[in-house]
Amino acid sequence: MTLRMLKAVVLKIGFWALVGVLMLYAIFPFYYAVVTSLKPSSELFEVSYWIDDLDFSNYVAVPSQPAFLAAIRNSVIVAVSVVIIALLLGLTAAWALGRVRFRGRTTVMMLVLGVSMFPQVAVLSGLFEVIRTLDLYNSPGGLILSYTIFTLPFTVWILTTFMRQLPDELEEAAIVDGASPWVTLTKVFMPLLWPAMATTGLLAFIAAWNEFLFALTFTLTDTQRTVPVAIALISGGSQYELPWGPIMAASVIVTVPLVVLVVIFQRRIVSGLTAGAVKG
Amino acid sequence: MAARESHDALPDNARHSRSDGRLKRSAKAWHRERGTRVRRQRVRAAWLFLTPMLIVLAAVAGWPLIRTFWFSLTDASLSSLDGAQFIGVENYLVFDDGWYGILADPLWWQSVWNTLYFTLVSVSLEAVLGVIVALVLNARFRGRTLVRAAMLIPWAIPTVVSARIWAWMLNDQFGIINHMLLGLGLIDAPLSWTADASLSMWAVIMVDVWKATPFVALLVLAALQMLPSDCYEAARVDGIHPVRVFFRVTLPLITPALLVAVIFRALDALRVFDVIYVLTSNAASTMTMSIYARQQLVEFQDVGYGSAASTLLFMIIALVTVVYLYLGRRQLGGGQ
Amino acid sequence: MASVTLERVNKRFGSTRVIEDVSLDISDGEFVVFVGPSGCGKSTLLRLIAGLESITHGDLMIDGTRVNHLTPPERGIGMVFQSYALYPHMSVYDNIAFGLKLAKSDRQTVDERVRQTAKILQLDGLLDRLPKALSGGQRQRVAIGRAMAREPRILLFDEPLSNLDAALRVQTRNEIAHLHARLGATMIYVTHDQVEAMTLADRIVVLNEGHVEQTGSPRELYEQPMSRFVAGFIGSPKMNFLTALARAEGDAGCRISIPGIGEHVLPRRLLASERETRLTLGVRPEHLTPTAAAGDAGFNILNVEYLGSEAYLYLETPEGEALVCRTEAPAPFVRGDHVTLDFAPHRAHLFDHDGRALPPVHDAGTEPATAPTTFS
Ligand SMILES: Nc1ncnc2c1ncn2[C@@H]1O[C@H](COP(=O)(O)OP(=O)(O)O)[C@@H](O)[C@H]1O
Ligand SMILES: [Mg+2]
Repeated sequence: MTLRMLKAVVLKIGFWALVGVLMLYAIFPFYYAVVTSLKPSSELFEVSYWIDDLDFSNYVAVPSQPAFLAAIRNSVIVAVSVVIIALLLGLTAAWALGRVRFRGRTTVMMLVLGVSMFPQVAVLSGLFEVIRTLDLYNSPGGLILSYTIFTLPFTVWILTTFMRQLPDELEEAAIVDGASPWVTLTKVFMPLLWPAMATTGLLAFIAAWNEFLFALTFTLTDTQRTVPVAIALISGGSQYELPWGPIMAASVIVTVPLVVLVVIFQRRIVSGLTAGAVKG
Repeated sequence: MAARESHDALPDNARHSRSDGRLKRSAKAWHRERGTRVRRQRVRAAWLFLTPMLIVLAAVAGWPLIRTFWFSLTDASLSSLDGAQFIGVENYLVFDDGWYGILADPLWWQSVWNTLYFTLVSVSLEAVLGVIVALVLNARFRGRTLVRAAMLIPWAIPTVVSARIWAWMLNDQFGIINHMLLGLGLIDAPLSWTADASLSMWAVIMVDVWKATPFVALLVLAALQMLPSDCYEAARVDGIHPVRVFFRVTLPLITPALLVAVIFRALDALRVFDVIYVLTSNAASTMTMSIYARQQLVEFQDVGYGSAASTLLFMIIALVTVVYLYLGRRQLGGGQ
Repeated sequence: MASVTLERVNKRFGSTRVIEDVSLDISDGEFVVFVGPSGCGKSTLLRLIAGLESITHGDLMIDGTRVNHLTPPERGIGMVFQSYALYPHMSVYDNIAFGLKLAKSDRQTVDERVRQTAKILQLDGLLDRLPKALSGGQRQRVAIGRAMAREPRILLFDEPLSNLDAALRVQTRNEIAHLHARLGATMIYVTHDQVEAMTLADRIVVLNEGHVEQTGSPRELYEQPMSRFVAGFIGSPKMNFLTALARAEGDAGCRISIPGIGEHVLPRRLLASERETRLTLGVRPEHLTPTAAAGDAGFNILNVEYLGSEAYLYLETPEGEALVCRTEAPAPFVRGDHVTLDFAPHRAHLFDHDGRALPPVHDAGTEPATAPTTFS
């Protein structure tokens, strides 16, 4: 009897310890970045686990750099445009793939899935040529175009999954009412798909906000960089003189919006991620 | 009307022997009317609705892929893409008083090995850790929502940012990891995680595992939450040990979801670029196929050679995908 | 208002034939009910008429014009779906107005029609509500309103009552009957519930595995089922079926003998040879008259159901076949009693081993010449 109780207590403690360790593992790096960013540069090289006194000098220093502000502006322009384009093209494609049976549908689905597996490097030189031909090199336009390669396939994929879940009879009712496919999509389905579109848009936004390889390759000047590139390229005189305080402050600044989004919309994000993957 | 009804009531053979002429006409009409107007209209609309997406995908994926393959057979350089000359497979392999080309480059072979090693180790760790995290999140306890939100944070942080944060934590002189390990007495002297060739791969793996485990955990968690609870009640009634229940019941049931997560992760890991580029730059000890290709393309401006490296990476990933699909289908076929 | 004609309509999904050679004339203003067990193709047939599925071959005519190639709105149909399929994000008003607006009616006409429809269906006070704020019965009425607002020539219903509870179902059934009387529209109604079919229909079409078993008024189907399938499907409780041995008996019909009941001469034409034939006798529960039997003779009463206005006896033949028998209530029998059964010969039906009903003898002269092949 007591042995069993003891075992239960030990199990319970073990479980909570595991939860604690996982929590620590997940959030400690970000926490530590916050701690570091709030230290004056003089104290940077003494390891400490908490914030002793607040020093906002890094947060003053970073945004005062015009290049960093430009990077944030570019990132916002690129990510928002990519979300809008991906949702627009994705929604119409998802209607076609999710609600109409036609010859070639499976082929198109496979094609879309195939593109989502492309290594970005595999198209780098060809895409570079396309972007230069369209005169989009070193501009947000080039990034917006190139980011559709990874946002569009999963947007289509997830929206198709959600589109399939809408009842058939709803669409048939619209047909009997005389609605064309375009009217059905915009007047009947779109209002019902807002949650799915929000989820998908959020995922597309995060993916575009975080992208690095294309942004690094297709931009040249400081004013055209996006945030990840700007942060990756912050450097000091040498490896040992990296300005860690400002780097951490910049990291925190660009991450906080994402963390807030994730915490608020975690349920949606989870449903979007699983909808995209489980059907694959 | 009365006549029609008795017509319906006639036995089959009598019904069919009537009106042969009409049957023939209907058979012809059949092809003409495969679908109603509604259906034809919908199929037309479907293609119309797909067109913008297909055009964009062709512009950003299809055409560039073809061009990349073409460049890999030329001597193109970044400054003279247009003046590229066809040189056959020389970028891949050529004999000219000794072997030249990518396939003869030991650095490329090392990048292949590094990529495979990185993929195998990090994806395995992510799978194991992901299942553990999913099991924890699947238990009912207070604050579960909070813990789940916390688990999403590593996934949401931009890769470049997480690489930078870890680079700082792994800093050889002032990093908190060395500080902790020294404090615990596990090491005698600070380790230089990102610079030491024998450690840098592990540093990279550590960051990738930290960042990608939540993704695996979420997919597995979704599968766990769809499991039928009566299996577990039956197992509990039979008094089977929880560990055995896990291996006998839970694991087989979540395997499909885990496999999906693993293939997604593996495809990501095979093309890994940003973590490594930020943490260790172009160091040979962590050079992957993507890093190698980009270095040739952009830094050495050798588009032909770099495109050949890109093409090889594409082919390897395509091969992995095809093998996976084949095995997946065979497994499905065997299971039925 | 319009007439509908189906001529040898067929539907295949891939290689499976779901609708086989269905021919049917529905006249202007008629209320026709398709009834049959689930999966027999009722919905498919309705959707073929609606234009939601394509006819594989055969012709569909509305008012004498072939409409196979027309879209649902062009055919002038309105449809009420089983799940109602109301647009969840639109108010009742917008649900009803949606089709009218798409038909490019001017704003005033739309408003008039919506309000008029709402009035007929007593939805006046609900026009601003969303579907989720309505009860099941109200949703049902909105669905009907949406279907009739454009004043279609034909109204189609696919099991519209199956999501309502029993009391509401009876009420809505009456309302639909009333609506039909008021609008005079041609209505085609699908259900698997024979009571609904009997109460609503001018004419019932019984479907079985994709073909028409029989069409006729409720009374015709009840009194003169042409097959064992129809006999068993229409009527509740079901018709009793017993194995019987039969022999032709000249102009009088045929003589049958049933274990436990005895011999009867039925006015049914048996066309086989002089030999005894094994047939199925069908008698409805209300046509069986029980009489108390002495000792263990006759049938054993397994159960007695008292329903207030009537009572049912559940019997078992010595061979173990189940029988139901209706009596007045309270029944003068209890469980365990033994009864003998009798019935009026002209109330009984005979079915051959293909399940086809034997024709009555007085029909002998009017049968078409090809008919005898049926009973060979
Ligand atoms: N779209 C379809 N594809 C293939 N088979 C179908 C389709 N729709 C219906 N069926 C089949 O046709 C038969 C009749 O279906 P249905 O008309 O819905 O029956 P009911 O409405 O009488 O219950 C069923 O066996 C069903 O499985
Ligand atoms: Mg049905």
